[in-house]
Amino acid sequence: MRLRSVILDTTVRLVFDAALVLSVYMLFAGHNQPGGGFVGGLVAGAAIGLRYVAGGLDEALAVVPVRPSLLPAVGLALAVGTALWPLAGDEPPLDHRVLEWHLPVLGEVALATATIFDAGVYLIVVGLVLMVLDGLGREGDEEAEGG
Amino acid sequence: MTALVPLPVLLPLLGAAVSLAAGRSRGVQRAVGVTTLAAVSAVAAALLAHVDGDGPVAVQVGGWPAPVGITLVADRTSVVLLLASVLTMLAVLVFAVGEGGAERTQAGFHPLYLVLAAGVAASFLTGDLFNLFVAFEVMLMASYALITLGGRPAQVRSGMTYVVISLVASTLFLLSLALVYAATGTVNMADLHTEVADLPAGVRSGLAVLLVAVFGIKSAVFPLFFWLPDSYPTAAAPVTAVFAGLLTKIGVYAMIRSQTLLFPPETRPAGLLLVVAGLTMVVGVLGAVAQNDVRRLLSFHIVSQIGYMVMGLGLFTVAGLAAAVYFIVHQIVVKTSLFLVAGVVERRTGTGHLDRLSGLARVEPLLAGLFLLAALSLAGIPPLSGFVGKLGLVEAGLDAGSYAIVAVSLAVSLLTLFSMTKIWSNAFWGPPPEPEANGTEGGPPGRRLMLAATGALVALSLAVAVGAGPLYGLAERAGHDLVDPTTYLEAVLAP
Amino acid sequence: MTGLLVVAAGVLCACGTYLVLGRQLSRVIIGFGLLGHGVNLLLVLSGGDGGDPAFAGPGTTAADVDRFADPLPQAFVLTAIVITFGVVAFLLALAHRSWRLTADDEVEDDIEDRRIAAAAREGDRAGGDA
Repeated sequence: MRLRSVILDTTVRLVFDAALVLSVYMLFAGHNQPGGGFVGGLVAGAAIGLRYVAGGLDEALAVVPVRPSLLPAVGLALAVGTALWPLAGDEPPLDHRVLEWHLPVLGEVALATATIFDAGVYLIVVGLVLMVLDGLGREGDEEAEGG
Repeated sequence: MTALVPLPVLLPLLGAAVSLAAGRSRGVQRAVGVTTLAAVSAVAAALLAHVDGDGPVAVQVGGWPAPVGITLVADRTSVVLLLASVLTMLAVLVFAVGEGGAERTQAGFHPLYLVLAAGVAASFLTGDLFNLFVAFEVMLMASYALITLGGRPAQVRSGMTYVVISLVASTLFLLSLALVYAATGTVNMADLHTEVADLPAGVRSGLAVLLVAVFGIKSAVFPLFFWLPDSYPTAAAPVTAVFAGLLTKIGVYAMIRSQTLLFPPETRPAGLLLVVAGLTMVVGVLGAVAQNDVRRLLSFHIVSQIGYMVMGLGLFTVAGLAAAVYFIVHQIVVKTSLFLVAGVVERRTGTGHLDRLSGLARVEPLLAGLFLLAALSLAGIPPLSGFVGKLGLVEAGLDAGSYAIVAVSLAVSLLTLFSMTKIWSNAFWGPPPEPEANGTEGGPPGRRLMLAATGALVALSLAVAVGAGPLYGLAERAGHDLVDPTTYLEAVLAP
Repeated sequence: MTGLLVVAAGVLCACGTYLVLGRQLSRVIIGFGLLGHGVNLLLVLSGGDGGDPAFAGPGTTAADVDRFADPLPQAFVLTAIVITFGVVAFLLALAHRSWRLTADDEVEDDIEDRRIAAAAREGDRAGGDA
């Protein structure tokens, strides 16, 4: 069993959820303000990285309940999907529009289709961070346990 | 029709996503890969028919108009090269399935291969210089991962060379983009055509030479070729084949596109290009003659043949450019099939070293026949496709009065033939090897699939020769468009 | 401001080039990081003088457009940073793999170089004997 630092462990546990919320906020704010899918994904990736530093690979991978490679797959499909679907309506690829609904409690909700593209980018970044940890992190873990 | 233009980029990316999700199920991955590339080939063929009839088609991504937004353009040159590339990639994918090397052991092979296809398509179709950089990077990223797939020590070492050299080229490319944008305020190639003409002559020549250097590294011309014979041969056989067939040719395409479209005739570095072309041919073929390993020998030939394409560009005439376009199509197909033959030989005998190979013609008569056709075509023996391409280049050179480069290209052809006979006499002639020495009895599993894929490519190269009449006509129209880009400019800049 | 940035880009590129020419992989990778930053600075500068605000806030009108930096080079730089980041990460992974395989950080000689060096040694020996 590796030696765990109580201070690091507790801090990471406190910061982790806040960082994930921040990353999602950045994803949605990205349309008109600083932020976006890539930045949001990096924040989430950094949060997962912290989790890895504190709790090791298994804890980092447990953040996402599916195979890490599934995230970039879904993300890529989302991003390509937003590029493809305007073609069906004879619009140029990646053409985007703002969809608006009236929801019972929330009132007017607007969603630019560019956000879907950004969500794809977000998933790709998070998924790649997980895949890199999965591919390279195992050895570091073993060394930490061995030493 | 405009809806077809982005598909060659988007479909492989979608396929890569599905392939990535399919993960360890190789059957699904194979089906996705083959279907995607077949679909892209069909799209490219349809585009070619349309573009050849009605002229270039441009698509403004996201609906943003041309000088600001991202433009995709399909014209004769780009689409004919795209079609040849995608068909070749399809054949190599089938070969990889039969070979069962990296394709079987690495779950990442199929997604990476499809991302590579997307990058290749984007490089051909993009209409702006910055997007060309992005497309190159997409392609290179996939190629970095493919060349080191498996992580054997030799691969890591040569992969390192490859990544570092590509990174130098990318940094230089970025630098020239900064200079282009600072000088003109645009990176759209059609817009640059008008903007660059107003620049002072010194700035124009500087930019032209900088871009030649950038794409020269990518396409491995003299003296920037040294990384290629070192890094290509160590990858898995299908990966080497597809790199050999495609990646350097995209560098040449970028060079042709940027030099003809961006710069007015008087600032084109024609003399420099012709000297570089001659030296590339000679140094490449001399390197090849000295090699004893099939894949290394063929890798030096990639360099040598690049010289012919640059020669066509350096002449800057309709005939020269037409011959260059035809020659690139021929090279994509023939070079890849030669590497596939080398792959089968290595799979069969366990070595690619000429000293250890012997008598394959008896054991593998079909393979020997395929090699002979591809090798003779590479050397330019009539009536094969290499002959048509070289004849076009020589005629264009004589018309332009560049006798020196014509003489060099003919001499290099002889040396090419010599080095091909070296492979033939060492590997295919002579006494057949002892039965127990040549690997698996009756050939490895998947041998038929490998031979079928190689055979299909060689047949394609024969088709390039048999259909030389119409294809050369197409290449001539493409060369005409390159010299006089009016229709290209109209397609991009018209609202 | 612009002059300072040009000098900074020059210094970054010079340091990067020096490091890239070294034999140790870790240095090469850091060198590429610096080189990338230098070129990215130049790319930002290609949009015009430094010091302009990056984007328009509420209340800006079309008349203010000249007071703001050109957004296109910033988009270029953002893309370029992401790409450089990815490639450098890949190089690091490769260097790590190489270090695990050989326990060494130096770039090995090219196969051809080694062969030529061996041939040259042979030649020297033969020449010495005669």
